[in-house]
Amino acid sequence: MKNSVNFEALRYAFPKTLPVMAGYLVLGAAYGILLNVNGYGIWWALFISTFVYAGSLQYLGITFFTAVVNPWYALVMSLMLNARHLFYGLSMLDRYKDAGKIKPYLIYSLTDETFSVLCNEEVPRDIQKHQVYFYVSILDHLYWVCGTAIGALAGTVLRFDTAGMDFALTALFTVIFVDQWKSGKGHRASLTGFAAALLGILIFGRGIFIIPAMILILMILTLEYKGWKGGSNETGVTS
Amino acid sequence: MKQELLHNGLLVGAMILASVITRFLPFFLFPAGKKTPRYITFLSQTLPYAAIALLVVYCLKDISFEYPYGIPEFLSVGIVVLLHLLKGNSLLSIGAGTACYMFLVQAIF
Repeated sequence: MKNSVNFEALRYAFPKTLPVMAGYLVLGAAYGILLNVNGYGIWWALFISTFVYAGSLQYLGITFFTAVVNPWYALVMSLMLNARHLFYGLSMLDRYKDAGKIKPYLIYSLTDETFSVLCNEEVPRDIQKHQVYFYVSILDHLYWVCGTAIGALAGTVLRFDTAGMDFALTALFTVIFVDQWKSGKGHRASLTGFAAALLGILIFGRGIFIIPAMILILMILTLEYKGWKGGSNETGVTS
Repeated sequence: MKQELLHNGLLVGAMILASVITRFLPFFLFPAGKKTPRYITFLSQTLPYAAIALLVVYCLKDISFEYPYGIPEFLSVGIVVLLHLLKGNSLLSIGAGTACYMFLVQAIF
């Protein structure tokens, strides 16, 4: 791996991160504002966004602060909220296999959004794929930290109405869903994800459905595994 | 004051720890050097599809059944899907969908 900036990879990676930029700047700023309102200044905001770097967990963290909860309770709640990252890690085992020195950072910075951008990214052969993974990861991280800083510093004087801009992330996930669908692979797994999520909401409510839905997904996929003939070169279950 | 600072520090520490554990655990359990069990390979190839579907639902989970009945969300997601099926340009689909949603929630509903 070269240490100089790989402009080719950066130029390829940057456009992929634009939707994340829109979403993270807005959601990051909203987070910075919320922290500020609760009496935590820019240094808290920068530290948390840099090192926790998990959007929904950070929002939950504000309630930890205001309710002065027990740190062990905070740890258990955080683990449960973040459990979906286990899915992302399992999905990226292969992709990040030979990433070398940057691998720990790639794993550390694997958010919902970075995962969604990279999980079915096919980098052209003439561009170093691990460099692309790295730039997507670090750009997203920067957007999040910058957004937080903007919110913490200038939140109250922002005049541009950003209401609804965070929809960029919903749109991003939708686009990736359509891309996956068009690829012709994994239809059954996609539908399983949908059905399990909806069922989870119906049974457990919108607050805590993620973990039950994940368990349901694992159960249904495991049933599929019985008939799975794929080897290491296949990229999905065809329907 | 000092105790409050320390307590908040512990809370942030707990969040960092949770973030690190959930992100590193799969890579720790199935290191690149060793042969990954076939079942895990199967999961790593099917989970991305299920996970993205889960994320889409997660984003839309707060839709209200009262006014405006989720209309801004459904319309905008519809536009994203349609544009993406027709044109296949990610930035166009996301940009148009987001602009549509912003317009709907700011100017209409």
